[in-house]
Amino acid sequence: MTGEAPLSAFWLEFRRNRVALAALGVVATVLLVALLAPLIAPQDPYDLSRLRLTDARRPPGFIGSGGYVHWLGTDAQGRDLLSAILYGLRISIQMGLIAGAIAFTIGATLGAFAAFRGGWVEALIMRVVDLQLSFPAILLALVLAALLGQGKWQLIAALVAAQYAYFARTAHGAASAERAKDYVEAALSTPLPTPRVVMRHILPNCLPPLIVVATVQVANSIALEATLSFLGLGLPVSEPSLGMLIANGFQFMLSGRYWISIYPGLALIILIVAINLVGDQIRDQLNPRLRR
Amino acid sequence: MSELVRLEKVSRRFAQPAGLTRRLAVAAGLSQPPSVVRAVSDVDLTIRAGEALGLVGESGCGKSTLGRIIAGILPPSEGRAMLDGARVMGEGRRPVKTTTRVQMIFQDPFASLDPRWKIGAAISEGPIAHGLVAPSEARAFVVGWLQAVGLPPDVADRYPHQFSGGQRQRVAIARALAMKPDVLVCDEPVASLDVSIQAQIINLFLTLRRELDLTLLFISHDLGVVRHVCDRIAIMYLGRIVEMGPTQVVMSAPLHPYARALLDSIPRLALEGDEAAFRPIAGELPSPLAPPPGCHFHVRCRRAAESCIRQSPLLTPRGPSRSVACHFPIEE
Repeated sequence: MTGEAPLSAFWLEFRRNRVALAALGVVATVLLVALLAPLIAPQDPYDLSRLRLTDARRPPGFIGSGGYVHWLGTDAQGRDLLSAILYGLRISIQMGLIAGAIAFTIGATLGAFAAFRGGWVEALIMRVVDLQLSFPAILLALVLAALLGQGKWQLIAALVAAQYAYFARTAHGAASAERAKDYVEAALSTPLPTPRVVMRHILPNCLPPLIVVATVQVANSIALEATLSFLGLGLPVSEPSLGMLIANGFQFMLSGRYWISIYPGLALIILIVAINLVGDQIRDQLNPRLRR
Repeated sequence: MSELVRLEKVSRRFAQPAGLTRRLAVAAGLSQPPSVVRAVSDVDLTIRAGEALGLVGESGCGKSTLGRIIAGILPPSEGRAMLDGARVMGEGRRPVKTTTRVQMIFQDPFASLDPRWKIGAAISEGPIAHGLVAPSEARAFVVGWLQAVGLPPDVADRYPHQFSGGQRQRVAIARALAMKPDVLVCDEPVASLDVSIQAQIINLFLTLRRELDLTLLFISHDLGVVRHVCDRIAIMYLGRIVEMGPTQVVMSAPLHPYARALLDSIPRLALEGDEAAFRPIAGELPSPLAPPPGCHFHVRCRRAAESCIRQSPLLTPRGPSRSVACHFPIEE
């Protein structure tokens, strides 16, 4: 990136893509709404004492015993679906961000270390990564989630194990390219210790491609977590994410009570598509070969 | 003058990195072993304190590799690189540079500065890490070095992309000199700059060398620049030094046919009546993967005889200050 202020130039170019801009708006809105869920949700869906079974499985627009409108209907326990979705988004996004951040840290460090160390260490690390990338992430996550059992941190471990490889691959490629540059030789010949050169010079210069991967992988983490929760391998029932909401409503689909599954599903799709659109635009802008 | 830098039988080989599959294939006889380049072979060289030595030769002759060995970026495959009686790099399988007394300036000032570091931070990073300056005094330290290389103090908060090539090379010089080195290795420091800027940077080198009592290894293919800067000159051909001596003497009366050819190949302003202002060297540089036997230059040499193919000439002293590696040196 050249120019007086790289960040503002980046933003000016980003703004030109209306779709990406709209997607960014959606992501920001969803983040805000999820963050403020306790303040704006009509009901606390985790407070079982407030739930009335007489309100269960009511269609959108129903006015329940609480005296307010259930805009998206209620589920089998009589929960307000809008509230459940807002709280579910909170959990899904939280899981996606935590798993993404840990996978980023582990993967990027591993990839950069492999690129710098070379020899059999590099070969070993990168072959394991390649092996893992050669079969679907969901498979590994499924096996791990089943092995580790239920729980928030067990699920995060499964997500990280399934996703760090993408970061490692990207960091390895970028660090191999950076490593050959003169400024790295200049730093090493000062001399500065190798770990310091990797952390303070090489990794910061590998950030652009890693940020792109991170954006897409957060969306993938959310989808993966939803899938695992849908299959019953995800979070415990006390912390229902979007995937579990979809699963809970699935059995009522054929009886015509579509809203219990469809609305959480829509929320999930909108979030994932929006994150991916933002990620695509960032990738296009950071890829020098696609630049005009 | 005492000798500061000493290379003893220094060689450097580069092999293509072979992966596991390739190595298995080689072991099974299914593939050729990876080819090895001898970028530098059996070089003995000394640089005296305060001296400026010019290292010249065609692209690919190994002069940059030799510079990187002296600067402690590459360990030699064989032999030793010594600075003031101690090794430049430690020993072992992954040698690490141990001294700060030799620093390097690179050819491309666009690549040799980290694009994400402000230049003030870039200049003070090494000195702070090595305790040459306290972090609290870094600002004044940086300003001092910026002024020494002719840059205004307020540029310390700018990023490299905000500078021109010549200004960046000044920053790179400040960065190297801030480590207070005794020896400065300059790898084609002006080759990527405009001609008008080249003169400024060369003059900066001359001033700083005098003020800081620096020892210079000046790598260049530009004989004019070398003549201007260096006391002594070493001419390299395919990894070997073929002639070495005081700059003025070697340039006016070279002993080695390659040195002669190199000097003849400099384009000059044609005087009246002159037919050929310069004569290019016949033939091309042979592949360093398969250098010719004996003297590497014999395939392009007009004086070559049978002995040149059979035996490679050693660098032998001729007179008090010169040496040449040739069976049939040019006698005036």
